Amino acid sequence: MSKELIRLTDLTMSFDGEQILDKINLYINDQEFLTLLGPSGCGKTTTLRIIGGFLTPDSGDVFFEGKRINDVPAHKRKINTVFQRYALFPHLDVYDNVAFGLRISKLPEDEIDRRVTEMLEIVSLRGFEDRSVTSLSGGQQQRVAIARALVNRPKVLLLDEPLGALDLRLRKDMQNELKRIQQTMGITFIYVTHDQEEALTMSDTIVVMDKGHIQQIGTPEDIYNEPKNAFVADFIGESNILDGIMLQDCLVEFFGRRFPCVDKGFAANEPVDVVIRPEDIDIVPADAGHLCGTVTSITFKGVHYDIIVDFKGFKWLIQSTDYQPVGAYIGIRLNPEDIHVMKKSEYSDMFGDYSSYSAEYDEIAEGGEDEE
Amino acid sequence: MKSKLLSAPYIVWMILFTLVPLGVVFYYAFADVNTGQFTMANLANMGTYTPIFLRSIWLSLAASAICLVIGYPVAYYISQTKPTTQRFLSMLIMLPMCMSFLLRTLAWVALLEDTGIINRLLSNFGIGPLPLIRNNGAVILGMVYNYLPYMILPLYSVMVKIDRRLIEAAQDLGCNSRQVFGKVIFPLSVPGIISGISMVFVPAVSTFYISQKLGSTGTTLIGDVIESQFKGAYNPNLGAAMSLVLMVLIFICVGIMNHFGEDNSEEGMVTI
Amino acid sequence: MRKVNKIFTILVFIFLYIPMILLAIASFNSGTDIAVFKEFTLRQYGNLFRDSTLLALLRNSLIIAVLSSLIATVMGTAAAVGIHSMGGRMRSVIMGVTNIPMTNPEIVTGVSMALLFAFIGHLLKINAILGFGTLLIAHITFNLPYVILNVMPKLKQMDPDLKEAALDLGCTPVQAFFKVVIHEVMPGILSGALMAFTMSLDDFIISYFVTGSGFITLPVEIYNYTKKPIQPKIYALFTLMFAVILTLMVLMNLLQLRDSKKKATTQRKDFMKR
Repeated sequence: MSKELIRLTDLTMSFDGEQILDKINLYINDQEFLTLLGPSGCGKTTTLRIIGGFLTPDSGDVFFEGKRINDVPAHKRKINTVFQRYALFPHLDVYDNVAFGLRISKLPEDEIDRRVTEMLEIVSLRGFEDRSVTSLSGGQQQRVAIARALVNRPKVLLLDEPLGALDLRLRKDMQNELKRIQQTMGITFIYVTHDQEEALTMSDTIVVMDKGHIQQIGTPEDIYNEPKNAFVADFIGESNILDGIMLQDCLVEFFGRRFPCVDKGFAANEPVDVVIRPEDIDIVPADAGHLCGTVTSITFKGVHYDIIVDFKGFKWLIQSTDYQPVGAYIGIRLNPEDIHVMKKSEYSDMFGDYSSYSAEYDEIAEGGEDEE
Repeated sequence: MKSKLLSAPYIVWMILFTLVPLGVVFYYAFADVNTGQFTMANLANMGTYTPIFLRSIWLSLAASAICLVIGYPVAYYISQTKPTTQRFLSMLIMLPMCMSFLLRTLAWVALLEDTGIINRLLSNFGIGPLPLIRNNGAVILGMVYNYLPYMILPLYSVMVKIDRRLIEAAQDLGCNSRQVFGKVIFPLSVPGIISGISMVFVPAVSTFYISQKLGSTGTTLIGDVIESQFKGAYNPNLGAAMSLVLMVLIFICVGIMNHFGEDNSEEGMVTI
Repeated sequence: MRKVNKIFTILVFIFLYIPMILLAIASFNSGTDIAVFKEFTLRQYGNLFRDSTLLALLRNSLIIAVLSSLIATVMGTAAAVGIHSMGGRMRSVIMGVTNIPMTNPEIVTGVSMALLFAFIGHLLKINAILGFGTLLIAHITFNLPYVILNVMPKLKQMDPDLKEAALDLGCTPVQAFFKVVIHEVMPGILSGALMAFTMSLDDFIISYFVTGSGFITLPVEIYNYTKKPIQPKIYALFTLMFAVILTLMVLMNLLQLRDSKKKATTQRKDFMKR
């Protein structure tokens, strides 16, 4: 499994004086499902386009199976792409779109026919051969785009936010579908998205990017449970991020109280960021809590309630299936494994405070009144 | 990098046959007709042609204004009809543009002449013959007739692109139909007015056929003089000097108009 | 208000079409005076088709129009692709030059080219330089901007991913152009070519200045005719041209209509499926 297929070393890229990528180092294994995750403008699509051969990096190298491929043009790479808006050829029908790459490489027509038919079977589009691509729904166009790329049997498939244009239900179906196709065909997928849930669902490895830097590389569990800094913690799921001091291994102090935790390897009395996931917090009666606070707002979210609780002026988000009325004085308990300690970074103090959460609602309400 | 090279033949062509010819016009304008030596005489001569320049400008401005007044309601009406009707009507507007303007102008001669169709009809009622031809009015009529489609089409294409929702939004905010027109449609159609006026003014100010056929010696336009320098009294150097002045003149007029238009459209944006 | 506008529009259309209808009527007139209708006759059409000089001139016009629009379409399409891939400043300089023949009055374009040819003739000591060659060059020059201004917007509208998708699937850049890009910009190429063709066929002013006695097109000859008392067979020619252009336009209109209807129905079907 873990044979290295692609390696990026010190990739640097800028457009119009703006740094898009700053020394990206990354290796990608054969048959891996790797996701580049980050907000727009973080450099994830640029990285993908460099691998695809559509952009040449300012400096740094791209290796494919150990060979440097910086100067190999896109049409000579054993890599295919599923484009963001599919980029199906509108003048060709479904069959001819899928057969396009095979015809370019001048395969015999009977083999083309066999492979196209087989591929349409895999993406469940048999019977659509003669349809015009413009008459297909978004999900069907998506499948044609995948078939058109995969029929060439590439070593690597690049996918640039391929599900962005689909509605929620279809997106969930296609996530499973993509994972299934990747596993049956044993092809390396490099997937770009800004949707953290999508990344967590499908990936073997997630690369979190921001401002042209890689913030963290890891399995979905690692990224979620052990975020490296405040940016990753905030971008992947909801997080309460607090200032703390690491007194010694497995003991952290915040809000003037000491909590046992499971993190080690910090200097004594080192200032740190402490992450507590809103769904890990247990609500208990006030007298039984480690900390006590007042509920300032509650919002029904379907599966759970989003509860904002004021602890000495610092507002936390807590997710719970139990209803708590606004104004209730409640306590919370934190287990050692619920507390995650991170080193301070440039992102400290930027995220993880929910003070503005309720204020936002107030503003909207006031704005509405102004209209009258 | 390679695809840029595709435009190389075109660039070479345009330099050879658009930029170099303009340079040659400069060269001739400053050369003596007999000796080829440098001279300012050709341009100095322009003074005597001032009345002709002024007449050309005033007649073509009048024609542009009339085209705007006539063309605007027509363009507006077309833009308000059903899409199929729109397509049919704009085709009817375009069709005359494809026909020989020489013959169409000639038809006006047949209509307006002293022994022409209109005067004969009038003589049945004991009127006339009226002097309908060989005057400024006839030249302006010829210009309006020939270039009206060039006014209607840009106006129409701007009006038809105005988002229906803007009109609905204006109505929603309390505009009546006159206010909708004054506050939304008109400001947004200003770019069409500008390009319509320049598309009428430029060919009108430089025409020579219309004034030859519908005008008289008293309505000679700058185009007639340039034409005669090349086809009659052969003095290409004087002709080049006139072309140069005409070009600068048009450049200034169109420049002023575009400037005026920009200001206006910005204002329009703010008031919406 | 709307009704007034409608009546006004109808009046304007009458104003635009009366002279043309008049010429059409005159073409069936047995008398020579356009203002007096004597008798219905098709004689003028007979005269027209027996007039070998007029037909030869029409052939000249067609040759120039076909050749110049073809060359301009190929050169202009290539240029548009090149310009499209350029950076902002270079592009705006070239588009500025492209606009010169569009904004300059035709008489200036004609005069400037005539002077260029006179200048070259003077340098090369050729007396009769004006003719087929100079006419073709002039027509290509004023046709090029029409092609470029029609193709450029289509290139801009095209999803840039389409070209990359073709490269991704193994096309060389040249293959990508001929297998994908050209299909996307084809409507622009066609309308550019069509516009260039009609402009060229109908051009009088520029042709008038750059043509010599050796090779004359129909509009230039019509100008020479209208200096003398006009021959009624010219009316017949005009009426025929009118009929041909009208038929072409109606056909194009119907084709477009069918096209847009087809699109509308597929969209509706699509909508219903969801």
